Amino acid sequence: MTAGDGSAPRTEPVSVLTSRWGDQRAHEIDRYLELDGYASLDVAFGTDPAELVQMVKDSGLRGRGGAGFPTGMKWGFLAKGTGKPTYLVVNADESEPGTFKDMELLERDPHALVEGTIVSAYAIGCNQAFIYLRGECGFAGRRLAAALGQAYERGLLGRDIKGSGFDLDVVLHRGAGAYICGEETALLSSLEGERGQPKLRPPFPAVEGLYRAPTTVNNVETIATVPWIYRKGVDWFRSMGTEKSPGPKLFSVSGEVRRPGNYEYPLGTPARELIDGAAGGMLEGKALKAWTPGGSSTPMLTPDHLDTPMDFESIQGAGSLLGTAAMIVLSEDVCIVDACLNFTKFYAHESCGKCTPCREGTDWMAKILTRLETGAGRKEDMDTLKDICDSIFGRSFCALGDGATSPIVSALKYFRDEFERHVEEGGCPFGASRSLQGSVAPLHGMDEEAEQASPSSSRQGAQ
Amino acid sequence: MPLTDATLASAEELIARYPERRSALLPLLYLVQAADGYVSPAGVAQVADLLGLTKAQVAAVATFYNMFRRRPVGKYLVSVCRTLPCQLRGSREISSALCQRLDVPLGGTDASGMVTVEEVECLAACDGAPVVQVNTENYERLSEQQALELVERLLHDEVPPPTLAGEGAVTEPSTAALHWRLSGLGEPPAGLASGAKGDAGPAATDRPAEQDQGGERP
Repeated sequence: MTAGDGSAPRTEPVSVLTSRWGDQRAHEIDRYLELDGYASLDVAFGTDPAELVQMVKDSGLRGRGGAGFPTGMKWGFLAKGTGKPTYLVVNADESEPGTFKDMELLERDPHALVEGTIVSAYAIGCNQAFIYLRGECGFAGRRLAAALGQAYERGLLGRDIKGSGFDLDVVLHRGAGAYICGEETALLSSLEGERGQPKLRPPFPAVEGLYRAPTTVNNVETIATVPWIYRKGVDWFRSMGTEKSPGPKLFSVSGEVRRPGNYEYPLGTPARELIDGAAGGMLEGKALKAWTPGGSSTPMLTPDHLDTPMDFESIQGAGSLLGTAAMIVLSEDVCIVDACLNFTKFYAHESCGKCTPCREGTDWMAKILTRLETGAGRKEDMDTLKDICDSIFGRSFCALGDGATSPIVSALKYFRDEFERHVEEGGCPFGASRSLQGSVAPLHGMDEEAEQASPSSSRQGAQ
Repeated sequence: MPLTDATLASAEELIARYPERRSALLPLLYLVQAADGYVSPAGVAQVADLLGLTKAQVAAVATFYNMFRRRPVGKYLVSVCRTLPCQLRGSREISSALCQRLDVPLGGTDASGMVTVEEVECLAACDGAPVVQVNTENYERLSEQQALELVERLLHDEVPPPTLAGEGAVTEPSTAALHWRLSGLGEPPAGLASGAKGDAGPAATDRPAEQDQGGERP
């Protein structure tokens, strides 16, 4: 994979979305304004909305919530002339295991999302936006609610924003603990006061979304990226990343690394740079066994894939998905069957129950993995697991079912011998669960070494 | 009735934020929880009346979401993340130690009614693993011992500062206050701060919070 200009992908950190993260007062509107906050409103209000949509199309920005769908194209699909309002719904229901970028963004720089919401809504002709935020994230909620209140007080939300004639109201709506509500049709059902269950598409939300009106649902990071594109331009944006996956990206690195955290790099940065460079490599005495490129719903990869560039195409080429770019790093000390069991219980719990293959399949897989882990495994269990995965994949309304098969299919592909050992040895060869207590690095933001490596202290992004 | 006349006025303001009344269902269920400590049958009936739904429609939604509770919750809700990044760093040991200390199964509330302990899925703070929340505020990278000390303080009605306290994070003083805030009505009335389960009576919810479009007053 090469960058757009044919040169090798950049591997240095960039500081775009994280550029204000090091400032302890960036969440206050006065400080945010001092840091050029809300500057994109002047650009946007002086530009034809259609041109703004075209800019986002030309930038190649792809959705940061997991699917990687081109944002400008999504906006372009919004039905026109329906006589109904157009709605922008920001998906702040971050809950893919291993993903913690949107919440840190909202905690440190909540106005970035408010600004992005204003200029995105302006581009698509929306006067009523909703932000659907996870219920469980207290601090992010406080920060975002305060930022919205400040924006109203300063006339940046409400009627005739900055004399532009443009009106926008934003309602902050709190979820109530359901992973599935991160799926856009389920999110809209939830926002309408229904059970959060996905709907079959078509009709797509762009035609019949919230209240059966044209609706776009975009991730927090996506919307927070839009002001930068307006202000700095398409060429600047495309100077980072690859031709098909341009721009900066937040990577969440967690698990058995020395400095878990969010790191901002251009898309296309090799995984090795993120795990060994940014996150400081494996914890002392640990060797890498497996890692997810985009959360638990993306197939695990191995040390052999460390040089794969972290962009949508390259990761797909390696047999996985970029997802939310959440890298959960596992060492040789982790039992892969136990890891699969943990993830599978997650999916069994979070399956909304609408589609039988997902609802029943995840539960059966959890039962089989439990018996493998506890010594009652049978030699046919691996084939049974694979069969169940085949029965779930592609046979449910939404991607939750597909995601549930990812850990198991990939673990069977790379670590089948470990499953077999569970049967042969009558239980888990790793013994009791292994805790890492005592080998944990200091808190983020309190580790000088981590601070130096964090994107917020690196140089300003490519100009 | 869990929603007093004053709260009902606030409820109408919540409903008015949305193009369709039913969208206020989740916020209203949070208001019921702020008053009763759980989604009570009386609250379900009241919300159904407000939105023009049947009780069955409201109950069907309430039972779908983890954060709507079918039994009263303690003053402090302790949520231990069980998902892999936290499990790798000791969450299993933490939740079993807390259950043992409180002498309850997961999801249970201790005999004094003060602390409810539960396991939850990924809390989007994996760099702070293992993550324990009190009323949705994070206490990160806790050892089993530190988690036990945290719960001990909660049992004595003391709330230690959360991990990001230095950056402005504040732990909600009670689940009643938390649920009020989650409704979207902004700053919880002072009376809710002391509320343990079912303790948010009429006096506590008499005063409607000032609110605007989704934001809270600074």
